Amino acid sequence: MSEMIFDTANRLFADHAKAAFAALPQRQVDGAVAWQSELWEAIEEFGFPLALLSEEEGGFGLESLEALPIIRLVGAHALPVPLAETMLANYLLAAAGLSLARGPAVVVTGVEIVSESTGWRLQGKVREVAWGRAAQTVVVLDDVGRIARIEQGWSIEEGHNLAAEARDTLHFDISLAAEMVATSPVRCEVFEAMGAVMRAQGLAGVLEETLKRCIDYSGERVQFGRPICAFQVIQQNLAELAGQVAAARAGADMAGAALSLVKTQPQNFILLAAAAKMRAGEAAGKAAWVAHQVHGAIGYTREFQLHPLTTRLWAWRDEFGNENYWAEILGETCLAGGAEDFWPLLADRVGGMQ
Amino acid sequence: MNMLSFPPPPAGMAMPELRTEVRDFLREQLGDDYGPEQRAQSWMGFDAEFSYQLGKKGWLGMTLPKEYGGHSRSALERYVVMEELLAAGAPVAAHWIADRQSAPLLLHYGSEEQRQTILPRIAAGKCFFCIGMSEPDSGSDLASIRTRALRVDGGFRVNGTKLWTTYAHHAHYMILFCRTDNSDDRHGGTSQLLVDLTTPGISINPIGDIAGEHHFNEVVLEDVFLPESALVGELGQGWKQVTGELAFERSGPDRFLSSFTLLTQLVGILSQAPSREAKRAVGRLVGHVMVLRHMSQSVAGMLDRSENPMLQATIVKDLGALVEQEIPDIARTLVVDTGSPNSTFAAVLARTLLAAPSFSLRGGTREILRSIIARGLGLR
Repeated sequence: MSEMIFDTANRLFADHAKAAFAALPQRQVDGAVAWQSELWEAIEEFGFPLALLSEEEGGFGLESLEALPIIRLVGAHALPVPLAETMLANYLLAAAGLSLARGPAVVVTGVEIVSESTGWRLQGKVREVAWGRAAQTVVVLDDVGRIARIEQGWSIEEGHNLAAEARDTLHFDISLAAEMVATSPVRCEVFEAMGAVMRAQGLAGVLEETLKRCIDYSGERVQFGRPICAFQVIQQNLAELAGQVAAARAGADMAGAALSLVKTQPQNFILLAAAAKMRAGEAAGKAAWVAHQVHGAIGYTREFQLHPLTTRLWAWRDEFGNENYWAEILGETCLAGGAEDFWPLLADRVGGMQ
Repeated sequence: MNMLSFPPPPAGMAMPELRTEVRDFLREQLGDDYGPEQRAQSWMGFDAEFSYQLGKKGWLGMTLPKEYGGHSRSALERYVVMEELLAAGAPVAAHWIADRQSAPLLLHYGSEEQRQTILPRIAAGKCFFCIGMSEPDSGSDLASIRTRALRVDGGFRVNGTKLWTTYAHHAHYMILFCRTDNSDDRHGGTSQLLVDLTTPGISINPIGDIAGEHHFNEVVLEDVFLPESALVGELGQGWKQVTGELAFERSGPDRFLSSFTLLTQLVGILSQAPSREAKRAVGRLVGHVMVLRHMSQSVAGMLDRSENPMLQATIVKDLGALVEQEIPDIARTLVVDTGSPNSTFAAVLARTLLAAPSFSLRGGTREILRSIIARGLGLR
């Protein structure tokens, strides 16, 4: 089942990757790539936005590690779509008993949901919302455990990240009927950690593709009469890159496997997500340097298709918490327990989750 | 990129009862007398009595069949015990090599007589081994060894010198990697021999390490006669056997826990008044350790399923050494206590830092590991 989904997604995404690359604006400062509606329609047709749901909820009943390869493939093919965001939105909506997302969706935090005489009022501003301009459903999580599902009523200020993905600012000031708000299945800090796992998975996909490109290119590019992969210094750099890729992927899978525990062991899940995103973010930075170095001046051009990968590495390591953000959360927990609890924390608490 | 994939570790590696049992045992055996400075020796701490007690508990030769004095337990149970011992900084050096690589090698390739006579003693914590691989002119280039075993009537006559032989001066046996034949193939004509270190003609000379401690030795073999029965496995198959042995050497939890006592000390000191800088630095190291542990357990699972995770083990060792070496470098910037007399932290830091260069040397240098990875990537 999972292999079939992987192959299907891989073929579909490969078909659309060229168009997405061709649609990139000429310059990074010009803004986001145009919304790829055909690609999104195909994604919906295959049901990928429902990949984290059980069969009763309308999904395929996959284990999380069977569904997450789809997210890695979105990264590997450098597709400009909020699939990870929509998968999370549907996961939360289903768990909260609200109706599933219509179209591309996104989850936002940092908006206040306050009660008023006829229902609820939503107020606030959220920055760097992935494809806010294309979203047809927005899921709002507030700080006190409420969830709201809306389909209209926000205004958009456009923005974009280094990889020309839309990262818009959304402004909310709207009234909602009582039935549009429910109790959230997870607190917003747990959602942040879920987002971090999705980005760690995405980074792992980009990293795997980056390594593959480096291996292929170093075998084709000839200098001093030999393919450059024949030089030990290139071999050593690529071996180091491979280690970073392997660690990022392993960390992302470690936390990805624990997605099923967000409701029962949220605090431990956060620690695994923290390690995963921290590790993937660190790997991303190191990998981007090696990839560009191996590809030389050719890889530095807009024309050559390395930058959709490396700009994603740079952009995604900052999204859903950078390395310092998650390291601080991990460190705080470890230091709160002191030396006595340190090994039991690693071995029994977070290590005992599988 | 299959070689880069680390499947989820097997279910049930939490083993809370076994872990509690090991922790209780360590508290009882070591207590407060075995302080952080000694624990910082990690897998270099030597205590024959401790190893004997561990054997009595049934925690040596855990995976060996019962008929050879073992306990027929799973490789994963063994992993959990090893990990608990290392996390506590228990003195495991006496039995470490015998239990980790010599016993599995003898079980796999050894003669029935070798298995019957040696394995029960390893499991009892009474028989210690050293590694006979490196030589004065053969470090990373292991295939260039010159120690030679000539066929003579009834056995072999061995001449040569082994170097950097850890704890040879306390070991009962060495698994000697040597040339037994001329061969055009660099890897051919090599064999492994079981050497009783009391055999006449063997001299063991101490070599101080960077800290002036005596772990290393030079082992000189002069006209040493070994009986036919000393041959381990097949004549001429030494290279294949020795690479299998290295896979055991590279895959365990000793590849990310070498600096763990220092990290624990650091957590203890910084927890008094945690600054944001301290949280971030500790959290980053912990994140690395968590991922390495996950990868290491994944390798343990592959070994348990009789897969061949040679490349994954190599990657874990390479990444593990980086983090183990980073821990002292970062610890010293967070706790400014490095020169105080009687400071436990300073002593633990000094021991760890002085041990750290070896982390990316023994068991395969960083450069050798990366060339193995590069071959796996198809680059060479």
